[in-house]
Amino acid sequence: MSQSQRHIISILLENEPGALSRVVGLFAQRGYNIETLTVAPTEDETLSRLTMTTIGNESKVEQITKQLNRLIEVVKLVNLTEGPHIERELMLIKVKAVGAQRAEIKRTADVFRGQVVDISSSVYTVQLTGTSDKLAAFIEAIGPSCVLETVRTGVSGISRGEKVLSL
Amino acid sequence: MELLSGGDMLVRALHDSGVEYIYGYPGGSLLHVYDAVYKQSHVKHVLVRHEQAAAHMADGFARATGKAGVVMVTSGPGATNTVTGIATAQTDSIPMVVICGQVPSHLIGDDAFQETDMLGIARPIVKHSFRVTDPVDIPEIIAKAFHIAETGRPGPVVIDLPKDMTMPNERFEYNYPKKVKIRSYSPPQRGHSGQIKKAVDMIFEAKRPIIYTGGGVVLDKSSDKLRELVDELGFPVTNTLMGLGAFPGTDERFLGMLGMHGTYEANVTMHHADLIIAIGARFDDRVTNATGKFCPDAKIIHIDIDPSSISKTITADVPIVGPVGSVLDDMLALIRSSDETIDAEALASWWKRINDWRPRHGMRYDKNEDGLMKPQEVIEAMYEATEGKAYVTSDVGQHQMFAAQYYKFDDPNKWINSGGLGTMGFGFPAAMGIKMNFPEDKVVCVTGEGSIQMNIQELSTCLQYGIPVKILCLNNGSLGMVRQWQDMNYEGRHSSSYMESLPDFVKLVEAYGHVGIRVTNRDELPQALEDTFNKYNDRLVFLDVKVDEKEHVYPMQVPLGSMRDMWLNKTERT
Ligand SMILES: Cc1ncc(C[n+]2csc(CCOP(=O)(O)OP(=O)(O)O)c2C)c(N)n1
Ligand SMILES: [Mg+2]
Repeated sequence: MSQSQRHIISILLENEPGALSRVVGLFAQRGYNIETLTVAPTEDETLSRLTMTTIGNESKVEQITKQLNRLIEVVKLVNLTEGPHIERELMLIKVKAVGAQRAEIKRTADVFRGQVVDISSSVYTVQLTGTSDKLAAFIEAIGPSCVLETVRTGVSGISRGEKVLSL
Repeated sequence: MELLSGGDMLVRALHDSGVEYIYGYPGGSLLHVYDAVYKQSHVKHVLVRHEQAAAHMADGFARATGKAGVVMVTSGPGATNTVTGIATAQTDSIPMVVICGQVPSHLIGDDAFQETDMLGIARPIVKHSFRVTDPVDIPEIIAKAFHIAETGRPGPVVIDLPKDMTMPNERFEYNYPKKVKIRSYSPPQRGHSGQIKKAVDMIFEAKRPIIYTGGGVVLDKSSDKLRELVDELGFPVTNTLMGLGAFPGTDERFLGMLGMHGTYEANVTMHHADLIIAIGARFDDRVTNATGKFCPDAKIIHIDIDPSSISKTITADVPIVGPVGSVLDDMLALIRSSDETIDAEALASWWKRINDWRPRHGMRYDKNEDGLMKPQEVIEAMYEATEGKAYVTSDVGQHQMFAAQYYKFDDPNKWINSGGLGTMGFGFPAAMGIKMNFPEDKVVCVTGEGSIQMNIQELSTCLQYGIPVKILCLNNGSLGMVRQWQDMNYEGRHSSSYMESLPDFVKLVEAYGHVGIRVTNRDELPQALEDTFNKYNDRLVFLDVKVDEKEHVYPMQVPLGSMRDMWLNKTERT
């Protein structure tokens, strides 16, 4: 059996009430796991774009994409991880920032091309964009013990080059 | 331009979709619609006694005809009562349209009287669902619902209909779409020619082939094409529980059903095959036994309209996604135009091995000397009495397996059972749905004293509409299939599998205005069958036949074993 891997599945979905619940329900019903999920309308207001990451071996992920394709409201679907692609996730993170820590956190944020977007006497809020690995690396770099709160958007992804996911 | 209310539009749209009968039960949220039904005569409503039965009636009709059956129920409890029926249809890919009333739109979400989130409840057990949010959309939603239910891999569609969508004094333009188009839904029309070529190459190379077909052949009405293929190739054929009748049960090349209670020869032939041609079947766990030990030498060609059925449990070497009928056409054309031929010599020695396997079990059973009948002989007698031509529905349990094993179905759409979900209570209402639509045909429900009590209230519906189905109850006084497992795996501890205090079924059906006949001894059976099918031809007859409660269904695959690991009787294992 092949190795478990992380897959990014990108879906064009009819922008209709109930459509999202079918996608999410399918994962629960069939025992697939969702690592991240993002959804928002597209430039075509009748369509939503949904990106989800899931972990599984090849045959599991093949089943997941087939089952998703069975849903009537799934218009198109691509497993981005099968080809070259760009993935991004945005994180807002509140960290303890007092004394010497303040300069250190600012420096680390700079290295990771993050921005300090809010400041109080003892807390910095940093905004950071990148792959999920990069966001994890940032937390590692500043030390998990000074993290007060994080919020992440989940992964968004798109194919590289000419390939587009559209009607 | 004619203006119609939402309720009238619904009924008109059903008529325009070709519907004759709807099966249902009224209630507050649907009163406008029921009034619309009352005011016309094209679409006839059948009032059941429990909504679950409405769903099974529609399902029985659908399995016999291939057309979607229609169910109409009120919001809340009416809708939830159909859940088992919807799930039964979904599991066996049966087309159905279920119209559920709903509280008025402005009350949705308020926990209003008889409000339930039916779309949410039904989501995992439907092919698709709709909520009507504008009465003008009703004709289009109905047309789409039928299109989705009946095409591709069929399945049930639920429509949630808030009461305010059907107000009698709010009228709209009625437009039934000539053609339905759904941009995100286009079931495959043909198999991939390259894959079909590969499959045909494998067929020519095969030394030990078998054709294994399922409900998909019945659903795609491709039984003639399957027969053509077998005539062309001369390969052995086995059918799943859902596929019986797709190939004639009396044909020499038919090895019988395969799987948990399949024949010895079907299971052993599968196990030793070097090529399995799976057609409209889904390698269900009741077929494969332990997947890790499944048919070690076999290459697999898998034809199915639903890609998600392919390589789900057993990996296919040559997957072919497409409608069974069109793929078989393409395969046949290619086989016939090819210079190559099948390996006739190898096939002949394969058949010799198979024919040697056949007598090993031979579906033999011992009759009791004292006259207490075995369930198998009752099915055999009923087969004779109906000349093998009846529609036979069944409930779930030992009687179901005996019917599948001992009634030889020569035609598709005649064997009607809940194979996937295994729903006790399915058989009787399914038989009713069939009989209403095929009044000239014999329709027999084979059931057990356990299962029949799950929808026995429908005896009343049968009286109201004059539905003379025949109920053959193999009365073993126990939940036989449960008891069998308890005998085999729990040292005979019959925990809650004994039906104490059974009713007197003869008196019960007489109370409902029908005919009841009790048979306790072998000698009485011929006359009872004669009376059932001739003397009382136009009456509902409940034939309550006492059978040996100790009988088990065999062969039975050994859990966690391979296809060929079976119990052949209480003491003998392969
Ligand atoms: C609704 C439902 N509940 C429970 C079961 C589990 N079950 C399978 S077979 C069976 C026994 C059926 O008894 P009966 O109808 O008398 O048939 P028999 O096996 O005795 O022929 C039971 C309880 C089921 N299949 N369906
Ligand atoms: Mg019983």
